[in-house]
Amino acid sequence: MALDTAHRRGVITGAAALLAAGAARGAEPVVTLPFGNGERPVRTYPEKRPMLVLTERPPQLETPFEVFDHGAFTPNDAFFVRYHLAGTPPRGLDAATFRLKVAGAVDKPLDLGLADLRRDFPATEIAAVNECSGNGRGFSNPRVAGGQLGEGMMGNALWRGVSVKALLERAGAKASAHAVEFNGADRPQTTVPDFVKGLGIDHARNGDVMVAYEMNGAPLPLLNGYPLKLIVPGYYGTYWVKHLSDITVLEQESQSFWMQKSYRIPDNDCACTPPGTPATSTRPIGKLNVRSFITNFTDGQTTKALPRAPVRGVAFDGGSGIAAVDLSTDGGRTWAPAALGQDHGRYSFREWVAHAPLPKGEHQLVARARNKAGEAQPMQASWNQSAYMRNVADVVRVTAA
Amino acid sequence: MIAVAAFAAPIGLAAGTGVAREAAAKAPPAYAPPPEASRFIDGPGVQLTQRYCLTCHSADYVSSQPPHMPPSFWQGEVNKMRANYGATIPDDAAKAIADYLAATYAEPSAGRK
Repeated sequence: MALDTAHRRGVITGAAALLAAGAARGAEPVVTLPFGNGERPVRTYPEKRPMLVLTERPPQLETPFEVFDHGAFTPNDAFFVRYHLAGTPPRGLDAATFRLKVAGAVDKPLDLGLADLRRDFPATEIAAVNECSGNGRGFSNPRVAGGQLGEGMMGNALWRGVSVKALLERAGAKASAHAVEFNGADRPQTTVPDFVKGLGIDHARNGDVMVAYEMNGAPLPLLNGYPLKLIVPGYYGTYWVKHLSDITVLEQESQSFWMQKSYRIPDNDCACTPPGTPATSTRPIGKLNVRSFITNFTDGQTTKALPRAPVRGVAFDGGSGIAAVDLSTDGGRTWAPAALGQDHGRYSFREWVAHAPLPKGEHQLVARARNKAGEAQPMQASWNQSAYMRNVADVVRVTAA
Repeated sequence: MIAVAAFAAPIGLAAGTGVAREAAAKAPPAYAPPPEASRFIDGPGVQLTQRYCLTCHSADYVSSQPPHMPPSFWQGEVNKMRANYGATIPDDAAKAIADYLAATYAEPSAGRK
């Protein structure tokens, strides 16, 4: 990749350049992510600001990366969108008639309206990162098939709703309960299997897993799951079922296609295989890998030389909490600790900032987070055939002048 | 500290307000996304590709795949759509589609029609 032609986060072209040229009408801005076929049109969808369009149908929209430099919480209108099925999002959802059903191996099946959820159950709130399993897939080397995501398929929000624990207590999950399946109101329009996810019963009722009716203090955007979304703090976004309509308690593990055949990782400690080779055995993807990003510089940028330049970003993991973020300005030879920002809870983005000398010249900024379980980001990317769980230490090259 | 100072007013503060409660009960606006604009690049086999692939997804799912991939990559993708996602593509059409994809999308797709 040539430093002068592509930032790591992508270069925006089109609107600005054309506006300057006096030819604004009819021109569409494009962000070019720095990998082959990385051109993404930037368009405005309902309830969203301009977003990078990965695919039009089903809608897959990526957050412009600069959004992450503006706080620990990702605004609803900038939050990424990822669907699997044709015909999504479902049309005609009505808050007055929408129902959430709790059924299966329970004593008293529930059939709840949105008002029932608000009136009859205690509200719970949690700040949690939703990250797509394949966030950064476009950077995989060698590259793999699938949604060619940059690094904007993640976001942090304050979720408010009802814990699945409270729902299962009300319904009276039977002693034989083994797992819980979650389905949404988006149903297949084609042969693609219905998007259903499963969690073990103990996980589902750990008190953190919840049904959210609000996101950052407002109703969920339709494209993020209105009116109800399953929140699985610390787990990859594939589990966060949108338009949640059915909770089914099972006496065996979920047999859903999306558990048994898809979203599976190599069944070893690193969830990795030698590059280019498939896994011999797999398991469902689970907790978020520890990860951090530098948010106030883009790769290839020229910046003012300073004796103490602020370098900042966000870090997160699967729920241990962030213990430390270290910053290097020399490609990883020497490190200095960053200061961590406000703690919004162990599932949230954690802001960090370091002040680093950036004298005139070229610098390789590297951020590396470590969680409270002692897990740190690797300096070399590991590989698996679906490019899931990428978390290599973030490198941003800048020239100080 | 810059990061903390910039976060003086958490978004979540709005969560407990009556305004949010009211808003949550309202239906979202009618969903009107931008019209689908991506198209498969013209070439032998494009009509079969349109017929079978556009049922489930737009053309940009293909054009955004990595360039310079071998024919086996595209054959594998067509097989995956049939075996995993239930695409009912007859054998001869599947071969024609894979051949079209391999011939058309080996080169970077930007700017081509």
